[in-house]
Amino acid sequence: MTFSGDSGTLGALADLGEADEAEARTPRQRGKRFGRRRRREIGLAYLLILPSLLIFGIFVFYPFFRNFYLGFYKTPPFPGLPTRYVGFDQYSNVLTSQDFVDSLKTTVGFALLTVPAGIILGLLLAVLANQQLRGVGIYRTIFSSTIATSVAVAAVIFGTLFNPVVGLLPWIGIDPKPPILDNPNLALFGVAIITIWQTLGITFILMSSGLQSIPDELHEAAQIDGAGPVRRFWRITLPLLSPTIFFAVVVGSIFAFQTFGQIDILTQGGPIKRTNVLTYFIYKTLRQDSNDGKAAVLAIALFAITFVLTLIQMRVLEKRVHYGR
Amino acid sequence: MAASGRPKARRIATRALRYLLLTVLAVVVLFPLYMTIVNSLLRPSQIAARPPTFFPTHPVWGSYSDAWNAGHMGRYLVNSAIVTTIITVGQVATAILAGYAFAFLEFPLKRTLFLVFLATLMVPFEITIVTNISTINDLGWFNSYQGLAVPFLATGFGAFLMRQAFLQVPRDLQDAASLDGYGHWRFMSRVAVPLARPAVAALSVFAFLGAWNQYLWPLLVTKDEKYRTVQIGLKQLRATSIDQVNVTFAGVIIAALPLVILLLVFQKQLVRGLTAGAVKG
Repeated sequence: MTFSGDSGTLGALADLGEADEAEARTPRQRGKRFGRRRRREIGLAYLLILPSLLIFGIFVFYPFFRNFYLGFYKTPPFPGLPTRYVGFDQYSNVLTSQDFVDSLKTTVGFALLTVPAGIILGLLLAVLANQQLRGVGIYRTIFSSTIATSVAVAAVIFGTLFNPVVGLLPWIGIDPKPPILDNPNLALFGVAIITIWQTLGITFILMSSGLQSIPDELHEAAQIDGAGPVRRFWRITLPLLSPTIFFAVVVGSIFAFQTFGQIDILTQGGPIKRTNVLTYFIYKTLRQDSNDGKAAVLAIALFAITFVLTLIQMRVLEKRVHYGR
Repeated sequence: MAASGRPKARRIATRALRYLLLTVLAVVVLFPLYMTIVNSLLRPSQIAARPPTFFPTHPVWGSYSDAWNAGHMGRYLVNSAIVTTIITVGQVATAILAGYAFAFLEFPLKRTLFLVFLATLMVPFEITIVTNISTINDLGWFNSYQGLAVPFLATGFGAFLMRQAFLQVPRDLQDAASLDGYGHWRFMSRVAVPLARPAVAALSVFAFLGAWNQYLWPLLVTKDEKYRTVQIGLKQLRATSIDQVNVTFAGVIIAALPLVILLLVFQKQLVRGLTAGAVKG
């Protein structure tokens, strides 16, 4: 359960591999002597797993695979008419449509606006709050405080702060026309700021625990060798923190692709679709257009992106980021 | 400042600078929350007044009762508490059971089934909504607690976390318990789960936070204040009290307060739960 522990997901699979080999040998040897006992154990195991498997089957795997099937059928323009089999046409039509390409660009743009800035800020706060200073605990609590806010809470707070009438931004001189969240060029940026603030607490906590896992001796040794704080940060802290940072980049990107609440409350994908991120696009296709076929294809695209990001994470973390050259 | 080169003066100066930097950043982080509290205690006309009021000299508390009663925030909180409790208890229970099987029992297809559990981590919930909405409708669970909670009663992450915790239970204990005639159920409840308490606590906080903050699913399967959760309720409150911004702000505080209290109490478990997701794979 630590960043540098050796018991990660893949490690666990390796353990299981050994267990499976052992299992392949034992049943035949033990089978006759402990037949009934062993059968009871197997029965119990399946009983224990069953509740989870039922939920996964109905609410994860069935809807997941059904997307591919739904993608083959075109939803009729009017409700009540039968769906029509169109094969892969719908896939190619939706995935090459301007709306999809724009939505993808918007989502990637959103990830680029939120993830690096969020991590740099979180790291800055973590480094500052990791100093040996009296009363630094209070600052730690404050920096992690936004974890108590949900997406909806953050969206409503900032929606009002950005408001041209009651908000504070116009008062300090930031008063673009049209206002930030109605401005095609600024809306995504505004939503990004809200998201960075809302996720700052969790990023801070993540970066702090990464920092705390770096042994003090390394810093002390470097200090004795005459390395200043800046040099120590670039040569020790950052390399040793790279697995944590990498984790934050991947998970942050996955979350960015699932961004929804802020958009739903503040911009509804607008103005002129400039904040139409992928998850909101799926929601709108499903809810407003009642177009299940198209929504299913979009969902598959979202899955593919998440999948690739997760694979990258597994591959790179497996190699331990800070040893990689 | 005394930048005379005298080491002591310089040390004091850098220390002061550090505190100054920390304080400035703390103010920036807290400012939106602070203004929310201030604005919830002002009259709408005061909120729009310029220069803005940064300290409410005559706080008006009526916004809170308005948000609570007319704005249904009280009802929304109850709904969120019920749904979140069901999901948290359910996730912890199913994760303990499955984690136990994967840690202590040998059975055919164990590796494959474990992979199936891990595979659920690859499927974000957003991808399953197209079909899950029809499933919930077919079950007659639209606008109900079941509809809100049941899809989330199991977690691959939780089962994984519990398995890892159970694997730390010393083999000797298992043998000793077995000599004492403990069956699996007794060993689970008397030995394994108590020893894995930190993991249970971390998973509980993690599950609670995830369930409490849900947005997309409650938006899709609820239609009125009878079952709407607090996140969706807040959106509703904002839409219906445009001319009463103070009520919206009071609603924000009401929505955020339970988590603030919870996190202050369970800070340690929270950090563990969140960082547990960052295991190096």
